[in-house]
Formats: sequence, structure tokens, C-alpha cells
Amino acid sequence: MSFLLLGLSLIFVLIPLVLSKTLNLGLEKDAVVATIRAIIQLLAVGYILQFVFDAENFFYIFLMVVLIIGAAVQNARKKGVSIKGITWKLIVTFVFIEVLTQGILLGLNITPATAQYIIPISGMVIGNSMVLSILFLNRFTSEIESREAETELILSLGGTPKQAIHRPLISSIQASTIPTIESQKTIGLVQLPGMMSGQIIAGADPLQAVMFQLLIIFLLLTTAVVTSAMLGFLSYPTLFNERMQLLKPDKQ
Amino acid sequence: MTKDAQAAIQFSHVHYQSGETKILNDITGWFPKNHITTLVGPSGAGKTTLFRLCNGLISPDSGEIYIDDQKISSYEPVALRRKVGIALQQAVMVPGTVRKNLALPFELQGEELPEETAKEMIRLVGLDESFLDRNAKDLSGGQRQKVSIARTLVMKPEILLLDEITSSLDRVSQQEIEELIVRINETYQTTIMWITHNLKQALSIGEYTWVMMDGELVETGESSLLKDPQNPRVRTFVKGESE
Repeated sequence: MSFLLLGLSLIFVLIPLVLSKTLNLGLEKDAVVATIRAIIQLLAVGYILQFVFDAENFFYIFLMVVLIIGAAVQNARKKGVSIKGITWKLIVTFVFIEVLTQGILLGLNITPATAQYIIPISGMVIGNSMVLSILFLNRFTSEIESREAETELILSLGGTPKQAIHRPLISSIQASTIPTIESQKTIGLVQLPGMMSGQIIAGADPLQAVMFQLLIIFLLLTTAVVTSAMLGFLSYPTLFNERMQLLKPDKQ
Repeated sequence: MTKDAQAAIQFSHVHYQSGETKILNDITGWFPKNHITTLVGPSGAGKTTLFRLCNGLISPDSGEIYIDDQKISSYEPVALRRKVGIALQQAVMVPGTVRKNLALPFELQGEELPEETAKEMIRLVGLDESFLDRNAKDLSGGQRQKVSIARTLVMKPEILLLDEITSSLDRVSQQEIEELIVRINETYQTTIMWITHNLKQALSIGEYTWVMMDGELVETGESSLLKDPQNPRVRTFVKGESE
């Protein structure tokens, strides 16, 4: 695709702008900012990726993965400010997910150890892990609040923090993984996944594109469950003190 | 308080605050062993907080609490909570049957509730054995309270803390629970502390009473003090409650 053709695709930005103006939706400013940000961010990523791919140097690959994890942590931590040390818990979770998935992919030679594979797959895995973390943290903090009486009941009957938090924790893990599992049930029926569509448009063999997409689906399933479970089990101990008391915000 | 009674729980200059709000201010006093003591006072007096301290759900900011002359902080938390059982006003039930709720304290220790104990406890609180298989969510307020008390009792606590367990019940259910508490005290020699808003209840059930206001213990002694309080604040409170 040439820059001229890309310029023509801005028609798809003009349509909502005109509609917004006509219907007084007030979306013009946000739409323009989003478009400009998308152009700058993606073009920058495009040039950086081209440089990294050409360089074929593991240090640059490592640096890219660190940047991806850093951005994901920065974004997700805002949802878990009530959990002590959430930044480190997210870092540990994302690094573990990255090591686990790339370890299996590269260790079993499922994908080649090149920047062209490692970086996009890391981006998809960590991106998904970030969304899962946000969903999990949102749900977990509200579950703790709404089930405080039940949690304290179990503590008051001689239960441990792990027993007391078990139901809110399991319920949050289940709730945060549901969107991933549900979307995978209808994949290919309702919509063609973005990565697969992109490969097909770029001229790849559709069967090859499907096989890669399946690989990503399997990866995302692991990512979803491991992220929620790991973040949950790393987070819950900080909600209690050594006297097995549920900490209130003013006592943390 | 009677001089020959032993202290089950003692408080020495206990303070507790939440954020900037003082909840308990310099509480010093004691609850006698094997007796029923009631705690009365207006809402926000700090009575529930006092119970939460005794069960170890929270710790004081300063001061000391002694259970059987031993510092509360020296107890292992699980052992403390099994020694000092608490039944709360909301009578929170976990999803499932009454049997599952009764078995909870055992399950938490990785044990099974013996069927005989389940039957004994459900009968003790005045419900028949068929209740064991009922879903807890289908119980009335009074039945939930009874199951909540039975659930605490299966741990055989030496001290039982009851937080306004009859406040939302009708007169008949209230009377049943009052009789039950007296029976538990007599049968097991359990030390009982009971928060109540009902001064008649405090007079008829409690042998001793604590009157708390604004986080302070303002008067303590035999329950009959409620008939003729010496402290002017308590007199005003009692007058207001009796009207």
C-alpha cells in the first residue's frame, strides 16, 4: 500500500467527523486526536520494527519486549492502586507470561527465533495479558468490597486468609477469563480475527494464516488463565496482615 | 462487678481509630467469666468494634487486651477465633444448605462435621433436624440467626460474642433466642457478651452490663444499674430508650 492510498483511507475518518458535526455528537476533537495518535504511533512502530528486523540483534528484540511490558504495566496499574505493590506484581506476571509463552514457542521450535515472530507475538500476548489484568483487577477489587462480610465471617470462624478470599478470587478469575473463552467459541463465525485477516490481505496462504491464528488463540487462552490466576495469588496476601486480618484502606 | 468473678476478657487503655475518627477511646474494664454481660449504648458507641477486637478481626492502635490473663497478641489468630466465637447481626450465610453452614468451622480446619454434632447443635438452637438439608437462603431472619449461633457454637467457643442478634426479629423469635442464650450459658458455662439496643433484654438476660457512649465506657456493673444510672449521660440515654 502506498502513502497516497493510505491518504485516501482518511475518508473513513471524514465520515464520522461529518456525522459528528451534523448530529452535534461532539466527537470531532477526540476523533482527530485518536487519528493523529494512531498515525504517529503506528508509523513510529513500523519504522522501529523495520530497524529491529533488519538489525537481527537480540538486544533490540529484548529492548522491544521490555518496552511492551513497561507500557502494559503502566496502563494496567491504574486499576489496581488499592492493592499494595501492584506494579511489581504486574511486572512479575507479564515477565512470567512472556517467558512461558516464548519458552514453549522457541523451545519446541514452533516459531523461529527471529524478531519478525518474537515481537508481534509478544505484543499480542502481553496486550491480551494487560486487558485481562485490568478486567481481573476491576472485578477483584469490587468482589472484595461486596463480599467483605463473607470474608470476615470465614476469618472469624478460624479460616485462613486464603480460605477467606477463595470465593472472591475464583469468581474474579472466572469472570475475567470469560470474554476470552467466549470470543474464541465464535471465532471465524462472527468475524475473522485481525491477524489472520491481515495475513490473508497481505497475500498469505489462508490455511497458513488459519494455522497461525490458531496458535495465537491457544496462546491467548493460556495467557488469560495464567494472568488472572497469577495476579490473584500474588495480590491476595497483601490484603491481609500477619494477624490474618483483612486490611482496611486506612490501616494499610 | 462481683469481686469473686474471674475476668474472661480485660481491656487496658484500649484505643482504636479509623482514619481520623476515634472509635474507641481509652477503654479499661473487664467481662466476667461464665456470665452473661450485655453491652448497651447508642449507635456509633464502638460496641461492634470492641467485639471485632476480641475476636482478633482487628487490633487496637494502643492499649492491651487480655483473654484469660494472656495478651491477645500472644494468641495464634486461628486459636483465638475458635476460643472467642462471634455471631453478627447480619447472620451472613455461605451459599448452600444449613448443614454446609454448620460444617464451615470444621471444613476450614480440614475436618468433617460429625452428624451427631450437627443434629445436637440444630436441636440446641430450637430447630428440628429437617432444617439441616434446607437451603440457607430460604431461612427467615430468626432462623438465620439461630443457624448463625449454632455455627459459632460448633467450635465450642469458651467466649461467645453476640452482636445485636435479635434486633431485626419479632417478639416471639427474640424470646426464643433469649432463652437459647441463657440455656447455652447454663449448659456449657460459656462466657457471653451481648450487644443489644433493648434495655429490657439487657435487664432480664444480662447479669452485668457495660454502657458505652462515643467510644468510651461510661458505666459498668450489675445490670440493675440500668434501672437507676448514676452517670447523667447514661440516665439521659436510658430515659430516651425507655420512652
